[in-house]
Amino acid sequence: MLKYLIKRILWMFPMLIGISLISFFIMHLAPGDVTSNESSFNPKASEESRQKLRELYNLDKPVMVQYGLWLKRIVKLDFGRSFSSHQRPVLWEEKDKNGNITKGLIQESLPITLLINLLGIFIIFSISIVLGTASAIKQNTWVDRSITLFVFVGFAIPGFWLALLLMYWTGVANQWLPISGLHSQGYLSLDLFSQTLDLLKHLVLPVFVSSLSGLAGISLYVRNGMLDVLHQDFITTARSKGLSEKRVIFVHALKNAILPLITIVGLSIPGLIGGSVIAESIFAIPGMGKLFYDSVLMRDFPVIMGILTIGSVLTLFGNLLADLGYAWADPRVRKGIIK
Amino acid sequence: MTHHPSHTIARIITLLILIFNLISCSNNEVETIDYKDSYKLEGGGNLVNAMVGEPSNLIAMIAGDSASSVIAGNIFNSLIKYDEKLNYAPELAEKWDVSLDQKTITFTLKENLFWADGTPLTSEDVLFTWKLVTDPKTRTPYASDYLLVKEASAPNPKTFIVTYDETYAPAIDTWASLHILPKHILKDEDINNTFFSRNPIGSGYYQLDQWISGQQVTLKANTKSSQGPANIKYLTSRIIPDTSSQFLELTADNIDLMNINPIQHQRVFPARKDLEQKINLYKELGNGYTYLGFNLKKEPFNDINVRRAINYAIDKDEVIKGVLLGLGEPVASPYKPGTRWNNANLSPYPYDPNKALSLLKAAGYQKNQSGLFEKDGKVLGFEILTNQNKQREMTAVLVQRRLKEIGIDVTIRVIEWASFINRFIKTGDFNAVVLGWSLSLDPDQYNIWHSSQQGPGQFNFIGYNNKEVDKLLEDGRKELDPSKRQKIYYKFSEHLLSDSPIVYLYAGYGLSAVNKRVQGIKTPAPPAGIYHNSYDWFIPQSLRRNEMAN
Repeated sequence: MLKYLIKRILWMFPMLIGISLISFFIMHLAPGDVTSNESSFNPKASEESRQKLRELYNLDKPVMVQYGLWLKRIVKLDFGRSFSSHQRPVLWEEKDKNGNITKGLIQESLPITLLINLLGIFIIFSISIVLGTASAIKQNTWVDRSITLFVFVGFAIPGFWLALLLMYWTGVANQWLPISGLHSQGYLSLDLFSQTLDLLKHLVLPVFVSSLSGLAGISLYVRNGMLDVLHQDFITTARSKGLSEKRVIFVHALKNAILPLITIVGLSIPGLIGGSVIAESIFAIPGMGKLFYDSVLMRDFPVIMGILTIGSVLTLFGNLLADLGYAWADPRVRKGIIK
Repeated sequence: MTHHPSHTIARIITLLILIFNLISCSNNEVETIDYKDSYKLEGGGNLVNAMVGEPSNLIAMIAGDSASSVIAGNIFNSLIKYDEKLNYAPELAEKWDVSLDQKTITFTLKENLFWADGTPLTSEDVLFTWKLVTDPKTRTPYASDYLLVKEASAPNPKTFIVTYDETYAPAIDTWASLHILPKHILKDEDINNTFFSRNPIGSGYYQLDQWISGQQVTLKANTKSSQGPANIKYLTSRIIPDTSSQFLELTADNIDLMNINPIQHQRVFPARKDLEQKINLYKELGNGYTYLGFNLKKEPFNDINVRRAINYAIDKDEVIKGVLLGLGEPVASPYKPGTRWNNANLSPYPYDPNKALSLLKAAGYQKNQSGLFEKDGKVLGFEILTNQNKQREMTAVLVQRRLKEIGIDVTIRVIEWASFINRFIKTGDFNAVVLGWSLSLDPDQYNIWHSSQQGPGQFNFIGYNNKEVDKLLEDGRKELDPSKRQKIYYKFSEHLLSDSPIVYLYAGYGLSAVNKRVQGIKTPAPPAGIYHNSYDWFIPQSLRRNEMAN
């Protein structure tokens, strides 16, 4: 087992280099660089000055050389500095000689995205398990059909449209919830409890809208897993032993039915750091999706590469964790009965 | 007992409704305020506005994005500014004298200028700023204008002198756009990477109070402002990337001011009496115009008759009505109507399809069976390129329709900005573009129209080449006398209109929606726009928003 683990981890390195090489080249295939954004199309900004900027950012060098420079920094875990936002550190805060701290771009965007995604995943999984189990038990009844209809409508509804409707309904027409942003004006003067409450109020709509589309997939997984399990012999055995239906379903069946979810949880780990550009723009949340999107538009290469690198490391680790988690949860996998 | 999932769902729904009720403020009453005609001026309050992008930093010479320059403009001062009629006016400098040979400008600073931290602001700061912007290590795209200065000096704390190699008429304008930075803070800093860029100390009406990354930038009135005090105490700019969300925030009274689009101005607001009751709409001529530009190095645009024919075939009023819902003006020169440099005797090419037809025939084109013009077996047609900008896309469609009517086959292609510039504009690989230029305040447009400015990455990418215009542009750069300069640029505008290297389509209005609590906004807007006196605006105590802080 340990040997397997070490082998898997060592394999990650060539994999990472491959991923970063491909991302780096694809990124450079798109025409333009940080000196050619729309606001620099200004007769006051001369071509010579822009050429000078390109040289200062090493953008005049061949792509291979630029990749080499990037690789040299990244092995020291130095993610570099952003081009477009005045040399801010990409990953983590830095202190200047006077002790002033400049926060990193990812450092500032990641916590809120993680919070929203974790809340989202928690809500998706808890609701989906309930909905999926319910529709499996009541298979082919109106309960099953209306749940399926509900999750598919949730999946199909355009998020931005629903978001705007809800913002209008809860924010303008009724003033129940704040419309956008993360904090109310002057929240810094509040105590910690009120600050948290204020933040949570701001998160209700973004989390709700981003969770709604996730219900369909997971609840169908649970439903199908449950149906599979319910038709197996050990359930019949359990029933024939005279166990209550409640115990049969919630103790014996559910445990087995949600096993495949471990894989899904593992695979969602890289997704935790990715935010939705549309949701973040509409709700004015400064998260990872907007950061990545803006960086692509601005051709801010260090930021793009920084986010991609962290994303690929997490993907590889997520896969590993899913495999390990499966082995831990399912004795059959552990003992090598099934792969 | 079996468990009923339907009960669970019902319980969840009940719970959700309960939560909604608990967190709601239970205040559904819409209060209506009777606004008075005028209010007593009262200092204080907080003006909240919305902006789509976050400033990249607050040092304008390095930033370049519009969000940065808007906010930095409240914090820093230049030597000179433009007044409400867009004439030069003193800002940090009380006067500026041009030497007889027109090569030396002597600026005299006002008395008692201070930085927000209390340090005196002197000509040493101005000299320092000039050295900074011209330093090759400084990552600024705006150095070229300042590199023309041969010598700069600060002989005493109130005097700053610059000498140019040759007379450079746009020089005054360049000193109206350079924010003066504090030497005592920045002298040992690397300007490209300094804490100062997010925590600036300036001399303007406001100073930075708080910058919450990605969310809002709050400015506070600067008590040591070099221009006297501002009325409103706090300016909060919330970063809300989506304009629909901005609009909801405005209607819910959470922000006071936003830029709106023509549809909101013409359709949404008139239909909503509740909004009209509390929100004022303002319009002012914007700072740019939209045009259809031809690649003059390519067939068929090297033929002036074809260019003029296209100009006559396009109905500009229709474009303004269709794209801007009437909220724009036609232009006939690259200068803002109503300002000194705009030649009011010029008028745009009228919509005249018959004239267009006869010009095309004069150029040797004949209609073929499918109703399209043709010469030497080649159909007259071209592709219009534009970037992802709704107004420009709609404009291109209207142009396409009108040209199709007279027999020119037009296709449209919309491309992301960076690709558009690098793949097509820089390489000269295009037929025609719908793009915009700014209606510049200084009349010098050498970089856009002079024949020497056609290299890759330069701005005369359409390849305009007219010896007389070259001469006028060169003369205009050397002439500091405003009335002589005016004659030069009148002549220049005439050539530009008659050569028709571009079709002027429209100059759109900038549209703002402002909550009525904000008082003191001039209407109708002067040429400089409503914001030029924003430091004179005020929010009467009785109309202020009930806020948790401030």
